[in-house]
Amino acid sequence: MIIKGKVYKFGNDINTDEIIPARYLNTSDPEILAKHCMEDTRPGFADLVEPGSIIAAGHNFGCGSSREHAPLAIKHTGIACIIAASFARIFFRNAINIGLPITESAQLVDRIKEGDRISIDLDSGKIDCPGGEVLSVPPFPEFMRAIISRGGWLPYLKGL
Amino acid sequence: MGMTLTEKILARKAGVEVLKPGDFIEIEPDLGLANDITAPLAITGFRKAGGKTVKYPERVFLVPDHFTPNKDILSAEQVKILKSFAEEYPGIHFFDQGEVGVEHALLPEIGAIQPGMVIIGADSHTCTYGALGAFATGVGSTDFAGFLLTGKAWLKVPSSIRVVFKGDLQNWVTGKDLILNLIGKISVSGARYKALEFSGPVIDALSIEGRLTMANMAIEAGAKNGIFRVDQKVMDYCSVKAHQDQFNFDADYKTESEDYERTVEIDVTGLRPQVAFPHLPENVRNAEDGRQIKIDQVVIGSCTNGRIEDLRLAAEILRGKRIAKGLRCIIIPATPRIYTQALNEGLFTVFLEAGAVISPPTCGPCLGGHMGILASGERCLSTTNRNFVGRMGHRESEVYLASPATAAATAVTGVITSPEQVEAVPGNRITKGDARDY
Repeated sequence: MIIKGKVYKFGNDINTDEIIPARYLNTSDPEILAKHCMEDTRPGFADLVEPGSIIAAGHNFGCGSSREHAPLAIKHTGIACIIAASFARIFFRNAINIGLPITESAQLVDRIKEGDRISIDLDSGKIDCPGGEVLSVPPFPEFMRAIISRGGWLPYLKGL
Repeated sequence: MGMTLTEKILARKAGVEVLKPGDFIEIEPDLGLANDITAPLAITGFRKAGGKTVKYPERVFLVPDHFTPNKDILSAEQVKILKSFAEEYPGIHFFDQGEVGVEHALLPEIGAIQPGMVIIGADSHTCTYGALGAFATGVGSTDFAGFLLTGKAWLKVPSSIRVVFKGDLQNWVTGKDLILNLIGKISVSGARYKALEFSGPVIDALSIEGRLTMANMAIEAGAKNGIFRVDQKVMDYCSVKAHQDQFNFDADYKTESEDYERTVEIDVTGLRPQVAFPHLPENVRNAEDGRQIKIDQVVIGSCTNGRIEDLRLAAEILRGKRIAKGLRCIIIPATPRIYTQALNEGLFTVFLEAGAVISPPTCGPCLGGHMGILASGERCLSTTNRNFVGRMGHRESEVYLASPATAAATAVTGVITSPEQVEAVPGNRITKGDARDY
């Protein structure tokens, strides 16, 4: 699975309240959630995102709450993948469970700038950066690729 | 090599002799919970997956606490989903208004949590139950849907960090100050993916409520779970329901230092009341460093600090005083039982005469839900657990985290204030020792 897209950069410790403020959690409609994604930390983000884009972030992305609304909101803005130096554990679980591919690279965020276009091959774990540099991340194990391609953990379980 | 407390509980549940960090296990948790925010997504997932039966309804706890009493139509619809689901699958525990309290205060109080249990919750502060010697961790709605369907969950065994608290605790320094101090030292990602095991003479002397406060904020250091040894205090607290097959806690919980990834030692002698400044729980300073900071609102409550000991501590400071002009003070007993207890002990009179308002049990303002939202530029000092940007309201508002004693002292002066700077008036039922001595 290859994802090519424009990069949006974020820093360290991006928390779930920044990703989707709790005041919008009186619904679980992903389209409504997506409209408010990153609203407090980067107003207007949801309107900017080109479908198929990639978030590149620093350490501990998704820290805070267990709300699955956070990866759902990101996914429904059109973001196709998140690559962070590290993820908070509940966020990592939730993203995979809803079929949003995410992976860890400690180098990426420092090698690229906002708006760069990169490509990541989840099967081989190769990231092609601007200027020809290639970074490696652990390839997705087969079962995780299957979860992603079926759209999440529950569809995956149903298909077993 | 032995196993840590967390590894022992998980090994027992997984039915294996030995587990080590990094091992994956599939287990059947003893209890799973979700709230009015996370359960609707899980129930939708359950239905989409073609769910026809709930595997273990009696293990399922649905606690609508975040936006209740329902703040608007959308919230009411969410709670209705929980209620209908509980009616559809008898055995599920559902708590309606009048019974419901903040989930992590409510479940220990009703005896649902017992030592040695493995618990998953679709709420990040599920780690609170580690105070009672359970393995408890936050998961997402899809994981919870999987639990509804199959009764199962998968977990990766975390490595453990042991934190040893030693020395002499000063007056007015509480479990909240200990955990804030630790997060300040190891950062909001210092225990990411790991277990935090709390021990030492200071912990032995700490009340169950103080320990619940500490375990509650393990997630704020990124931890998978926080855990405490089971001692007599825990056994007494949990005696409401005898555990069916108990550990031999003394023997099983004895571990050697090499079993831990690392040990953090904290000498609390001289530790001052702590405050986490905006916008991360790791921005911890001494309360007196905030003397110049004017506060618009104080909140005393939540799964972190809404228990009876917390309210008594606040009352000790507020008794016979007035809340500062121009400051709002909102007090939220975390459960109906705590509410009744505070009423019967005369604490409400203290709060009302001081000029505070008393809210029904709810998570409400902690997550910017309702019952005390901040305007732009406003500052709140709160006994809750998170101070992220926009957490309690407008993105240009600020949240400072502290203990109920510091919160009450701040409410009286209007600026961030260490409790010993305000003269306390012990009530009939409380002495300084009692408030921290379960």
